[in-house]
Formats: sequence, C-alpha cells, structure tokens
Amino acid sequence: MVELEGTKLSEKEIETLPGVIYYKPFTRYKFTAGYAVSVFLEGLKRGKIVGSICRRCGRVYVPPRSYCEYCLKPTDEFIELPDRGEISTAVISYISAKRGRLEKPEFVGVIRLETPGYREGSYEFAGLFHKICGITEEDVKTGKAIGMKVKARWRPPEERAGSILDIECFEPIGGGED
Amino acid sequence: MTTKPRVAVIGMGYSGFQPTTPHASFREMMFEAALKAYSIAGIDDPRSQVDAFISCQEDYWDGIAIADEFAPEPIGGVLRPTFTVSGDGLQGVAQGVMLLKTGYFDVITVESHAKPSDIVDLGKIYEMALDPIYVRPTAPKTAVPHYIAALDAVAYMDSRESGEEDFAEVAAKNRNNGLTNPLASYAANVSIDEILESEHVAYPLTMYDISQPVDAALVAVLASDTAVDRLGAWDRAVWIDGIGYNTETYIPERHVYGTMPSIRRSALTAYGEAGITNPLSQLDFAEVDDRYSFMELLSLEEALLGEDSIELLRRGDTYPEGKFPVNASGGSLATGAPFEATGLMRLYYAYMKLLSMQEGRGLVVSWRGPPTYTSAAAVLSYYGGGEE
Repeated sequence: MVELEGTKLSEKEIETLPGVIYYKPFTRYKFTAGYAVSVFLEGLKRGKIVGSICRRCGRVYVPPRSYCEYCLKPTDEFIELPDRGEISTAVISYISAKRGRLEKPEFVGVIRLETPGYREGSYEFAGLFHKICGITEEDVKTGKAIGMKVKARWRPPEERAGSILDIECFEPIGGGED
Repeated sequence: MTTKPRVAVIGMGYSGFQPTTPHASFREMMFEAALKAYSIAGIDDPRSQVDAFISCQEDYWDGIAIADEFAPEPIGGVLRPTFTVSGDGLQGVAQGVMLLKTGYFDVITVESHAKPSDIVDLGKIYEMALDPIYVRPTAPKTAVPHYIAALDAVAYMDSRESGEEDFAEVAAKNRNNGLTNPLASYAANVSIDEILESEHVAYPLTMYDISQPVDAALVAVLASDTAVDRLGAWDRAVWIDGIGYNTETYIPERHVYGTMPSIRRSALTAYGEAGITNPLSQLDFAEVDDRYSFMELLSLEEALLGEDSIELLRRGDTYPEGKFPVNASGGSLATGAPFEATGLMRLYYAYMKLLSMQEGRGLVVSWRGPPTYTSAAAVLSYYGGGEE
C-alpha cells in the first residue's frame, strides 16, 4: 500500500468539518398490499403460491394483479400454481449493502413457475423473483443454472407470517449444494 | 403558420377520497381511476388510443425511490410513452396540453395519486422537504409544517383588514359545502363561532382552517379537437382555454409573506391564453386552493378575482348560491388534500360543474402546499355539448 502524503482525517474529524452536514433520514411506512397481493400473501401463509390470469391475453401474474397491465382490464380469476418451476435467469451478487465483499455471495433470480393446464405458448409464464439456494457459482457462470428445475423451500408453518419470506428460497429439485 | 390544436378534458375518474383505503394498493386505486376516466372519455382501448401518459407524484409520498417506474402499468402506459412530473397534477395537465399543442399527440392521460394513510411519519417526510443546512435544524418538529402556512396567514391578516373571523367564515363555508358532496370525508356542520372558539394548531389557524390528508387517485383524459371530433366527445369536452404554472423560490426568507406570486403568474399566463381581461366578469365560478382557509382568500386575490376577496366573502358572493361560487365542492377543507393529486381534484370538480351547466367558464387554481411556493392555474370552458 502506498503511503500518501498529507494529514489523514478520522471519520469523526470529517463529520465535524464545517460545510458537511450529516443527516439521518427517518421515515416509516405501512404499505397497503391491496386486494390481489393480499390474496397472494395469505396464500404463502398456507404454503400456496397464488397468481391471477388474464383470459384475454393469457398472462399469468405472480404475485397476482387485480388488473392486466397489457390489456388494461381486470384479471379474470386467481389460480393456484405449483411451488416449483425452472430458473429463467440467475445472478451472483458479491457486494454487501456497505460495498464490502461478501464472504458468501448471494444468488437471486427469476423462477418460471409451472402453470399446469395451460398449453405452452398459450400463456405468458408466471415469473417470480426470489433467492436461489443450493446452486454454485459455476452453475451460473456456465449457464447450467438456466432451466434448472427448482422448488420452493418453505419456512415451517408456525413461522410463516404472510410474507414473501415465507419461502426461504428456491432450491434445485433433488437437492443441491447449500 | 398552422393553428395549434385546442385541448379539452374529455373524461375524469377517481378512486378513494377516504382518510384510509386499506382495501386497495395505490396501483389498484390508479387503475380504478383510469378505468372510470376512459369509460367517460369513450376510450375503449387506452393501450392503442392514448398517445402518451403522464403521472404526477413524489417518491417520498409513495415510499418508493424512482417511483416513475411504477407509473405506467395501472393506467395503460406499459411500453408506451410515459413520463412523470414531480409536482401537482395540474402541472401535469399543463405538460399534456403542451404535448397536444405540438400536433404530434391526440390523446394524453394525466394521473396523480396519494396514499397518505401508508405514511407513518408524515412529519419526517415534510422535514426532508426543508433545506437541510439552515432550515431543518431550526424548524419546529411538527407532523405537518402548518407553521409555514401560518407565516403567510399572519402576514395576510396584517396586510389586509382581515382577521381570524374571515378565515373561520371560509372554513365554515367550505366544510358546510362539503355536506352535499359524497366524496367530502371532512365535511362538517360547523359554525363560524365554533371555529373561532376552537384551539389554534398554529396561530391563527385552528384544525377547521387546515385541510387533512386524504387517499385518492385521479385521472384526466385530455384530447385535441381532432380527437374530440373523432371520439364524438363534444358533449363531455371541457376546453382548457389557458393554463400556467411556476415556482417562486425554495428559500423561505425570500418569500414575500401574505402573497403567492406563483398563483398570480400562473393565472396571468392562463388568462393571456384564454383572452380573459376581466376575470370576475368573464368567469362563472372557481375551484381554488384552500388547503388552509386563508389560502382561498389569497388565491382569489392573486388570481385577480376582484380587488378584495374578503369583501366577496362578506357579501356572500363566494357561497354556492352567490354571484361567484368558490369551492362549492367543499374544497380541500371538506374533501381533504391528496398531496400532488390536489390539483386534479380541483380540476375534477370544475369539470363536473361545467358539464352540469349549459354553458360556462371556470377557473382552477392549485398550490402544492407547504413548504412549496409552486402553483398552477387553468381556465376551463364548456359550450353545452356542441362546437363553439
């Protein structure tokens, strides 16, 4: 490491320099999930993934929407989907919120959920963004992860709160590396 | 030189107007408002019939950074030209009017929404609207910076022969006006004396003088005269004869208290475009800002509606049955103030009022509320369902 010339200031000295005003925002919200997403969250608590479908264009929304953004009409009904599908795309994130390097990288991606009863091509797949566990950096880098069959790893029923985190992650069917 | 298209509002829709709306997300409220507006406008397929979409909002109100990205989908704007205006809905209407005047657009959607019931620490949001270096540290730690409006109210009283009883009369008028408006959650059968006897929130304002936040989403569909013709929308076309908007300064000590020059400038722009030279005789009614009771009086004066708005009030002219009704809807005092959607709310009432008239002209004035010095004004007219 090269030692630079000059006077090094401590964090505290920087904070007290005239011309620098520190301010910590403090705001709290209680977001209204709304009609359709509330049905989704209640479903998660029961260990079910609920979506909604627009019969006009065939799009399946997960989490469900009360309207179809492409047809701009109310969606037609809620549908229950299996808690499994395949990885549509996945990424490895190496950086923490404080810009440090993570010891163990995070895997996140989009899961293309199975939509039984609907012919391939007759509907738009239902994608869900979530954490992925049990896959390796190599799986992502080689493209092996794409198309990999995965299943939701649920929290125990007594720990579920009606939250997207009631699903811990999606993991390869048949188990993978942890 | 080709003639610029004329622009009309051909449909408006709303959702909410309640202090809390736990049944719907803000996106679902936007969708409901949009469907209603398209239905009135006669737009069967907004995905193809609307040329551009404008959403008016602020990230902190929504609690979502870069909330622009959430704007398109509930109003039909996915993969369509959409942009946001970080300001009042009436400012968004002005943007829409300008787009339509270019001749490259025929139909534009303008949306604005507010869900204050989602915000736990409203005061902290307002605090972040203040200058962080030399205003935040000294500002009173209140839920809503009513003291900023009160500074104007005190200066207004001082510069006119006006007193709390005038403010109380506006508050009583509008709260009672709201009793006939099903959307007025804060309407009240309250007398001037009751208001004068109530405690101050920030002198000289009592709780009756101050509008409350309300959840609402509003959508307006704007159309060029060509589109009005094509859609057969003459019967529901309220023409925007003129519209203006501007911002004064963010520096509170530079504001001339007891005045609102941004309203004056906006109104002058709107009058210039509309050919209005004597507003009080050429207009039939007004829906003006009344987030605070005194703001109704100040809005009227700044919009040059007579030299003395207090005299208009005292004579009874601004009552619903008076010569020049002002905020017959109950205004924000009776219906609440849905943040950036407040201007579209004023527009909605003016639109509905004009449709109910055989022929008429009205003024809409919107102020963004504290701690802003931003305003917009529009002159609207209706010709009874036929071409002018």
